[in-house]
Amino acid sequence: MTSLILETGTRAVFHTILVFSVFLLFAGHNAPGGGFIGGLVAGAALVLRFVAYGSQDAARTVRARPETVLGAGVFAAAASAIAPWFAGGQLLESRLWALTLPLLGTIKATSVLVFDVGVYFVVVGLVLAVLVTLGGELDS
Amino acid sequence: MPAALLGLHAVVALAAPIAARRLGRRVLLLCAVAPATATVWALLHASAVVGRGEAVDVHVAWVPTAGLNGDFRLDAFALLMVLLVSGIGTLIFGYAAAYFPATKRDVGGFAAWLTIFAGAMLGLVLADNVILVFVFWELTSITSFMLIGTNHREAASRSAATQALLTTGAGGLALLGGLVVLAEAAGTYSLSGLLTAPPGGEAAAWGIALVLVGAFTKSAQVPFHAWLPAAMAAPTPVSAYLHSATMVKAGVYVIARFAPAFALLPAWRPLVVGVGVATMIVGGYRALRQHDAKLLLAYGTVSQLGFMVVMFGLGTPDATFAATTLIVAHGLFKGALFMVVGAVDVQTGTRDIRELSGLRHRMPVAFSVSCVAAASMAGLPPLLGFIAKEAAYEGVLAGELGLTGPLAVTGIVVGSALTVAYSLRFVRGVFAGPRAAAVVPRERLILVAPAALLSAASLLMGVAPLLVDALVNAAATAAHPEWETYHLSLWHGLTVALGLSAVAVAGGAALHASRARVERWQAAAPRAPSASGGYDATWRGVLAVARRTTGVVQNGSLPLYLMVILLTAVTLPGAVLVADGEWPTATYTIGSWLQIGICLLAAAAATTIAFASRRFTAVLLLGAVGYSVAALFVLHGAPDLALTQMLIETLSLVIFVLVLRHLPSRFGHRPQRIDRVVRFSTAALVGLAVFAFSLVTAGARTAAPVSQEYVARALPEGHGRNIVNVILVDFRALDTLGEIVVLVTAALGISSLVVAGRLSRHERRASAGDST
Repeated sequence: MTSLILETGTRAVFHTILVFSVFLLFAGHNAPGGGFIGGLVAGAALVLRFVAYGSQDAARTVRARPETVLGAGVFAAAASAIAPWFAGGQLLESRLWALTLPLLGTIKATSVLVFDVGVYFVVVGLVLAVLVTLGGELDS
Repeated sequence: MPAALLGLHAVVALAAPIAARRLGRRVLLLCAVAPATATVWALLHASAVVGRGEAVDVHVAWVPTAGLNGDFRLDAFALLMVLLVSGIGTLIFGYAAAYFPATKRDVGGFAAWLTIFAGAMLGLVLADNVILVFVFWELTSITSFMLIGTNHREAASRSAATQALLTTGAGGLALLGGLVVLAEAAGTYSLSGLLTAPPGGEAAAWGIALVLVGAFTKSAQVPFHAWLPAAMAAPTPVSAYLHSATMVKAGVYVIARFAPAFALLPAWRPLVVGVGVATMIVGGYRALRQHDAKLLLAYGTVSQLGFMVVMFGLGTPDATFAATTLIVAHGLFKGALFMVVGAVDVQTGTRDIRELSGLRHRMPVAFSVSCVAAASMAGLPPLLGFIAKEAAYEGVLAGELGLTGPLAVTGIVVGSALTVAYSLRFVRGVFAGPRAAAVVPRERLILVAPAALLSAASLLMGVAPLLVDALVNAAATAAHPEWETYHLSLWHGLTVALGLSAVAVAGGAALHASRARVERWQAAAPRAPSASGGYDATWRGVLAVARRTTGVVQNGSLPLYLMVILLTAVTLPGAVLVADGEWPTATYTIGSWLQIGICLLAAAAATTIAFASRRFTAVLLLGAVGYSVAALFVLHGAPDLALTQMLIETLSLVIFVLVLRHLPSRFGHRPQRIDRVVRFSTAALVGLAVFAFSLVTAGARTAAPVSQEYVARALPEGHGRNIVNVILVDFRALDTLGEIVVLVTAALGISSLVVAGRLSRHERRASAGDST
């Protein structure tokens, strides 16, 4: 039950959606977006692949088990929460760095970005887990 | 330093499973480093703590406002306990390395748990904060559970482990309650502070009663003693360490700490001494019936624990002094005896005294070690056990104790006579008799050496009590500052105590001489209600009640669950709403006509769901409601919310579709008319209530909304212009952290449920295939 139009369409937009989700993740601190929304968009891209090609393909695209993605996310968030404590600050304290990079100019980055990346991964992992488990029997 | 020692135990425990891959059972020797270090540390402090009577205090602040601190205190009594716990512990690790066959499975895990236990026990005797005491107390219960269940493939091991955990765990809860009550009454969570200025009043009396319940369960006092004999399902090193020499003394330790401060409460002495005497006699009586040498020792331990509870429970300086001597003596002789039983078990393959015979020829070292240790247990001169028992008689006779004095003396004489009898039964049963036909391999000295060390200590300290004198005196002074040094000695002259000792030994010998008659009488005696029967009945009763409750509350009907949840949500807050709610007086203006249109759309979609007959239609309509709400968010200028809502709706739709594949396409048969009425009214009620809530809560604000503060602080402190995101990842990041953990848990839950369901379907299919 495959559709040529859907497959071609998916191939055309899949990477664009992923890039957009990363954009949302990074832009989130100042504009609509953030780790949660970015993760949902990336999840939606995976769902699209799933609908077009099936669950095996969605799992292959990520190349990591859903549990690994989930664990990496929680680890990143928790690590960024604890890290300031070791640096002498308080748990979950945020810090701002201004970097001047060639071509891009001055970039302001906060330490909470790592936390947001963790959230992003958790959401992607959740979608992946649902697709692999609940969608798993579609192919068989 | 105590924290570093505990850390060392933790590190060693973590490293043990990895090291075991290479070292095999020798990993246990590596683990012995942790208790050995603790022993050396205690000895290094001995001159200051024992000699000058100082105490080493260490404070590590953690949450001072909640009274949670890492407070440790090494006074002379704690030092004595550390030497017992870590000193005997070091020997046990060495013994265990020889006890287990080289092929033992998972020796690394076993070593890790044993090391954690050693650390927990060390923490318990050093802790000077009542919460910390409880934490280590529970840790010893949990490690005990894991260690009893070492042979978890056997049902008996599993149920013994569970019984120990449930009994001591329940006692642990009582202890926690009691400690908190006492700490609140005293206004301090420091153990030493609590004991120097003990609180009075009714609350404190209840608190101390709860603490005693905890101590009684841990130290296997009547009627909670059944778990200790059952725990003999553990490997012998565990029994020798946890269930005779150290862990079961945790309860005795707590009584020892609390007795000087609370012994004058009117109910204390009758209760503690009564329970202790009963335990002494029940334990001794039951020990005389055992044929398994290890069980015999276990009941002997119960009896001796009762003895220690009596002595510490009296709470007078003389009694505490005697009890402290006793705790040392018991650790030495009981540790040795258990290790000998383990050696016999390893070499002959049995512990049944009816099968063992003539071992004194094949295991001469074990035989002499047992003779010394059993003589110390029976209270014969010139051993430490004799000195301790003499001190005990003197201690009880010296105090002004009212009626509890004679009760205690009678109990100790009867208990000691029984002890003499079962000590004889043990030595005779294991070692005497003609040479058995079965070939016993040559005695492995490495298995007997640790026990020989302990027995030698019993003998040396008995002949030269000076070795232990200073330590015991300092420990008694730590509990009772008014205590004046008293020197232990073998010979006090012809005293009443000596006479009582003689009576007990003669009685015990007589009991042993007429053992055939005693056994017949025991077999014929009407069976008293046994404690293990009580435990079984409680266990079955709780399970039965739980099953019945679950059957009523969780009957499996999803609509019923929903209805209960929703009606509860409506009625409880709804009652408050009707009683106290203030209806808003402000009027609302509609922002745009689009809003009304979207609301109508959502309402229409929601209404249609109720009449949908296909599941797929219902899901699509539900999605329509969600998208309408997203549109409302846009109209109200909340792009982040709207975006999230859109994405969530999309994903939920897909997930719904995935689930729908497993369900029939149409809803089941329509509900009965009466049922429909009930459902409709519930739905209407919930809808109305939510509507009313939204109105009232919007108008009920009294404080300034916190959002204004967030708006003001988002850019300067959170460095972001998107307030929603700054709230999520900065201001309320802890909430977010909790939420993503929930997400992960949900994802793992879904995975395992689906996989489990798939497996069981496969099994059903497979079994159906078999039957056809």
